[in-house]
Amino acid sequence: MLDLYTPGSSFLHRLPPAPKMLAMMLGATLLFINQSLPVTIAATLVIFALYPVAQLTLKQAFAQIRPLLIIFVLFFVVQWYFSGLELAAYVVLRLAALILLASLVTLTTRSSDMIDTMTHGLSYLKPIGVNPEKVSLAISLALRFIPVLAQITREVREAQKTRGLERSVIAVAMPMAIRAIKMADDISDAIDSRGYRS
Amino acid sequence: MDTTAPRGLATKDIVYIALFAALTAALGLMPPIHFAGAALPPISAQSLGVMLAGAVLGSKRGGLALLLFIALVAVGLPLLSGGRGGFGVLIGTSGGFLLAWPLCAYIIGYLMEKDTAASPIKTGLYVAFGGIVVMYAAGIPWMAFIGKLGLPKSLTIMVAYVPGDLVKVGLATVIARGLRRAYPNL
Repeated sequence: MLDLYTPGSSFLHRLPPAPKMLAMMLGATLLFINQSLPVTIAATLVIFALYPVAQLTLKQAFAQIRPLLIIFVLFFVVQWYFSGLELAAYVVLRLAALILLASLVTLTTRSSDMIDTMTHGLSYLKPIGVNPEKVSLAISLALRFIPVLAQITREVREAQKTRGLERSVIAVAMPMAIRAIKMADDISDAIDSRGYRS
Repeated sequence: MDTTAPRGLATKDIVYIALFAALTAALGLMPPIHFAGAALPPISAQSLGVMLAGAVLGSKRGGLALLLFIALVAVGLPLLSGGRGGFGVLIGTSGGFLLAWPLCAYIIGYLMEKDTAASPIKTGLYVAFGGIVVMYAAGIPWMAFIGKLGLPKSLTIMVAYVPGDLVKVGLATVIARGLRRAYPNL
């Protein structure tokens, strides 16, 4: 399964997921509490500087913000017009800093490691009825189902093409949904017949 | 053996939850639809997964399916449309919408469970309430807060998305009713 992880051996790569996530949440909270523009500028620069430290390029840092560029420009223009340049800069920089900080965790942590940390953390929720094994089963099933669903869609679309219906959303979605449910029923029977106790 | 939960999830429930989490992810693979040219922003099919999970699976399983999906996004899998993922998206401008998805699915499912013999129109209204009203009620204040924009301005930005969401409500209603007919005891 592809994830957004970039392999490396930096300090941030080696840090276990749990403290990394906690540090990120703390950092994000501080960015929200802080109301001063100079501090926000400094924080943004520090977070930028962490990218080379984590063996990531500045190009990768910019790639994290690029999808939001239009929203940034929109926010900046609206804020500048209504509330002045300083607030506009503060809002957009804070947003950029938040996203760069969060992406730093995503880029330096394997999804599988984070899933392990998460399911381990869930074992503390056992008293309120959370079963970590069921959560693990659901996670692995979901990851496996994504390519299968894409495949089912392709097959149904081809079948409907021969009927001239490939552009009709309902004619594709309906058989696809029914096949997906049938597959899910077969899989749950297969799991149960192999002695999985839920 | 699950003895802790009052009514634990059966294997079938877990598989359905995984299926609808995966469905929401698979819908993100579809390219965004431009249905009104450049006049309106392109809509992603992904929130259709939210509506379907609630309308087909019901409150508990639908909510859990979307909770699973959001957890997979949070751990860094690029499952949101455009290959986005990670914590950054969840605390970004559209984070409120995304984090509300489990609640939206839960509410749609809850309304459907209260009224099992709902007419198509009523089903559509339930889906629209959870999938548009609840989602916007969470997403717009979040956007206003993150961008320090104030509610009226954020509201104006979001109006452009309403027509696309109405299309999705219609689709979800038709598909959910069809599935319910094909599988009466889902």
